[in-house]
Formats: sequence, structure tokens, C-alpha cells
Amino acid sequence: MSTPRPFLLLPLLGLIYTPVGGVTPEGPRLGRPAAAEAIAEWNLNVFPDGTGLPPGSGTAVEGKPIYERRCAACHGAEGGGGSADELAGGNGLTSAHADKTIGTYWPYATTVFDFIRRAMPLDAPRSLSDGEVYAVTAYLLHINGIIGAGDPMNANSLPRVMMPNRDGFIRLYPKP
Amino acid sequence: MRKLAQSDSDLLSPVAGGGLLDRRLFLKTGLVFGAATLLPSAAAASAQPIDAKPPWMLRPGAPFSNYGEPSPYENKTIRWIAANAKAPANGISWTPLHRLEGIITPSGLHFERHHNGVPQIEPARHRLLIHGLVRKPLFFSIDDLLRYPTVSRLCFIECGGNSNAGWHEQPMQAAAGYFHGLASCSEWSGVPLAVLLEEAGLEPGATWLIAEGADAIAMNVSIPVAKAMDDAILALYQNGERLRPENGYPVRLVLPGWEGVLNVKWLRRLHAAEAPVMARNETAKYTELLPSGKARQFTFVMDAKSLITHPSPGMSLNGAGLYQITGLAWSGGGKVSRVEVSADGGKTWAAAALQEPVLPQCFTRFRIPWRWSGAPAILKSRAFDETGRVQPERSALLAERGSQGYFHYNAIVSWAVAPDGTISHVYA
Repeated sequence: MSTPRPFLLLPLLGLIYTPVGGVTPEGPRLGRPAAAEAIAEWNLNVFPDGTGLPPGSGTAVEGKPIYERRCAACHGAEGGGGSADELAGGNGLTSAHADKTIGTYWPYATTVFDFIRRAMPLDAPRSLSDGEVYAVTAYLLHINGIIGAGDPMNANSLPRVMMPNRDGFIRLYPKP
Repeated sequence: MRKLAQSDSDLLSPVAGGGLLDRRLFLKTGLVFGAATLLPSAAAASAQPIDAKPPWMLRPGAPFSNYGEPSPYENKTIRWIAANAKAPANGISWTPLHRLEGIITPSGLHFERHHNGVPQIEPARHRLLIHGLVRKPLFFSIDDLLRYPTVSRLCFIECGGNSNAGWHEQPMQAAAGYFHGLASCSEWSGVPLAVLLEEAGLEPGATWLIAEGADAIAMNVSIPVAKAMDDAILALYQNGERLRPENGYPVRLVLPGWEGVLNVKWLRRLHAAEAPVMARNETAKYTELLPSGKARQFTFVMDAKSLITHPSPGMSLNGAGLYQITGLAWSGGGKVSRVEVSADGGKTWAAAALQEPVLPQCFTRFRIPWRWSGAPAILKSRAFDETGRVQPERSALLAERGSQGYFHYNAIVSWAVAPDGTISHVYA
């Protein structure tokens, strides 16, 4: 019931992947084609280059009241002092008690949008509109001193925000 | 105790300081070992009379059950839960490693890390979507997956945040499992992920898969295609039965030896891409800040690690004499090749016996006999794996990583035995 698996060349890594025992079993091939519209509805990923960002726009001024209504109960006023993660301010990364906030630690602004859209607020995930997510993202970047209060965040501007800790990571994979 | 032959007497000679004895002693029958006991049951057992005609022999027992449960007398063998009071579905529960033997974690005691609760998924409404850099984007139903060729393997899953109290300045006093029990070991059965990726047809350049769960944070994380093609499993079964909801029902990823967060539960989407998505859980979390201010990222493989589960804090030794030291060792790098135990705080070490089976990326049970003199002692264990990984002393780990990394703590664990037989966690 097993057939030898053809080699799959991945030019980017120059690797030949060899499956368990050198053989991948043949499956019954039951997958059903996924249409582009369905994939678009399912796909929530936002990459650092902005791939996956939806239409819409928002500023910190617009995001502040949304944050206060939907986020502050857990994350505290101005992104600190709540029961949930600190989002703003904090000690530097070389201090004895480092604070890994959006401003000190997060390397990509797109990650803020991605995580809020898929997960927040915890009591009602997926309840914010894309515009509201842009606005809350803008507010969090603003209270960390990264963008201005009126700077619109959208699919064009968000990937261009340079986060303070953009180069703060040492990738252990692939092996350096 | 039976009379000892001369060769047995040799085995009773210490092989390292502090009274550690030859591991082959276990092959001899008839030797009486003391057992370190959990404190409340020690008192309870000694208070009970020995009953020649116990009541459960005098009437019929309970009838059959559709699904068995543990004895009510084992009601302390439970997961320990820590969650945010304002968000009780965001937290963890630890496996009680100190109350278990062997290498299998019962499914109901497997550790949990949920970011926003356990979804109650109707399997008929669940789909897995594979898309992105593939020739044929495909949906799979659970019924579809159940028809695919299945493989099984035993392996541990360990949360990247396991044992993180070890970074604290003072040694935390807690039962061993409620400190190091964000690690569990099961038999996982399901479809090799390579089969489905081949069906969808990865495009050149597809080197990462962004995996996503169907929970209430749609937890996503990036996984190298190389690992997915090597030994990743879309697990449908755990320890013989379909997955428990808290372990990803109806389907989860299992990436043997790799950080727990990558073993995405309730898997609903795999997005083939040229680069990682840089999700919150691979940037803001599950990265290790170093003293330099830089942080390690994509630290996928769990390091060599071990701890003594018996005796351990919360237990008490009932006087000097012969005891069995036992514990668990594991490594994401491969098979555990050797475990050494010290009873004198690390001055001398002796090799422990490794209980078969010894499998790669799997819990490995170790044992060694020990004659306790009744004097203060410090017990340690250290694991070695077949790839050369060695579990470090805590001081060496801190010298390399500082104390702000939070994740991937794998230092040697030290238990201090006091003259009264009580056991505490120490940095030594």
C-alpha cells in the first residue's frame, strides 16, 4: 500500500526532504478544491510586508475610545497596570526586570493588527471591524511613542512603521 | 530480605557519594526498598488496622461502567490550574508528574495551555484548509482524514514556558509536577502531514507553514516545511482514543520534540508561505530575551532535561535506609542516552538505569537505588542525549542566558533532603 515518494526539490534551501522511513504512504486524495473566495474568508494571516491586510483605516484619536471601552478593563488605562499583558512603556530590554511591551519588544507593527483582529478582545473575539482594529493598532503604536495621534494606519502605512526593536531578534532557525 | 550472595554485596557498595548504589541492584529480587510517601497518606495508612475480611469482599462490587474513572482514593492525582481571574480561559494546568509512574501521561492529566479556552468543536463542521504556495488549495473534513494512512508514535510535548519558575531568584517550593509538569507524554496517532502536503503540492519557495487553530484566539504560528515533511503528524487519536477537547479535538499538529506551542490544537488551516508570519506567539512570546537585549527566536527544539519525581517536594522519607530514586528524562534532540544522578549535590555522579522503552523525543524513566544515611543530602539528575546535548547546571544556564528569558528553562533540578526526611527545592 506504500509507494516510493518522488523527490521534492526545494531550491530555496537546496534541500531534498526525505519523509519518515524514506517513503510517504499514498493517501486516498480526498481533499476538495478550495475556491479563492473561501480562502479569502478563512485567511487571517498578516505578514510583515503587509500581505493579508484588509481595506480600512484608523488613527490613534479614533482608537482611544475603542480601547477604553473594549480593552482597558484587562490591559489598564494607557496600556498598563491591568491584569493582562503590559502593552506600553516599560523598562528597557537590558534592565534587571525587562518589560516586553509593544514599544520595547514587538518587532513588527503588522503583528499588532494580526493579533487584535484574530483574538481580541478575549470576551468577544472577531467583534471589532477592520477599521476599529486599525484604530486600536494606531492607538497602541501612539501610546508607545512610535506614531503620531493623527497618523492613519492602513494597508499601506502599517507595514512601513519601523518598530524600535525591529532588529532585536536572533533567529535560531534556519541554523545561522 | 533474602540472604545476599557475595556478588549482591558488591552491588550494595556505593557507586557514588551520598549513598548511591549500583543501578543493577534492581535486577536482584527480594530486596526491600523504602518508599518516600506523600505526607497525608503516610499518616492515614499507619492508622488503619489490617483487615483480614474487608467489607468489599462481603458483597458484590460496583457494576460495569461505560467509561472508567480513577479510584476516588486517587483524587489528588489532578492537574493544577493557574489562570487569569479576569480571563479564566487563558492559563495553564500542570501534569502531576510527582504522582505518576512509567512514561505515559493519562490523557485526562495531559498539561494544558489555552490562550482563550477549549472550543467544543462539532467534528462535522470542522475543516482543515491547506492553501498559499500550493498547486491545489484543498479542504479536508475529519471524515476524510480518518480514511488516510495512519501512523502512531510516542512522544512528549513540552510547553516552551515549562519550569519557568526556575528563573526566579528564590527556589519555588511546589510539588515537582506543579513546577515542571507543562510536559506530558502520549501515544499520538494520525496522518503524516507529508501525505496531505504532497496532495496539495507545495510550490518551490514554500518553506514555512503558518498553522492556525479553531479556538477563540485563532492561535497561529509558523512552522518550517522541513519539519512538517520530516515527522509531523496530524493527530486524531491520543493514547488510543480520539483526542480530548483540551488536547485539540478533532485534529491537532504533533511535531515530535519541538516546542509545545507549535503543536497547534484544533488545527483548521495551514498556509504555505516563503517566510514566517511573525505571529504574536513567535515574536512577543516564546522568544528568549538575553542579557545583551537581543532575543532568541525560533528556538524550536526542546533541550535535554530531567528531574527526579520520587522522592520530591511534598514527600517524606521514613527514616534512613534503602530507597529508589526515579524520575523522567527527555530531549527534543533524540533519544536520551544517559541519565546521571548525584546524592551529594553534584560532587559525584552515578549512571541510573534507563527503563525500556527508550525512544527518541519521548519521556524516558530512570531509576537508581540509594541508601540514605539519614544525613542531609542533595539529590540531582542530569540528562544526556544521543546528539551530545547535556542538561546544564542552573548557574551555567543563567551565565549563558541571564534571567529574563522566561522560556526554555532546562537546568538541573536540586532537591534537598533534611534529616527529618522532608524534601525541599534548592538552588545548589
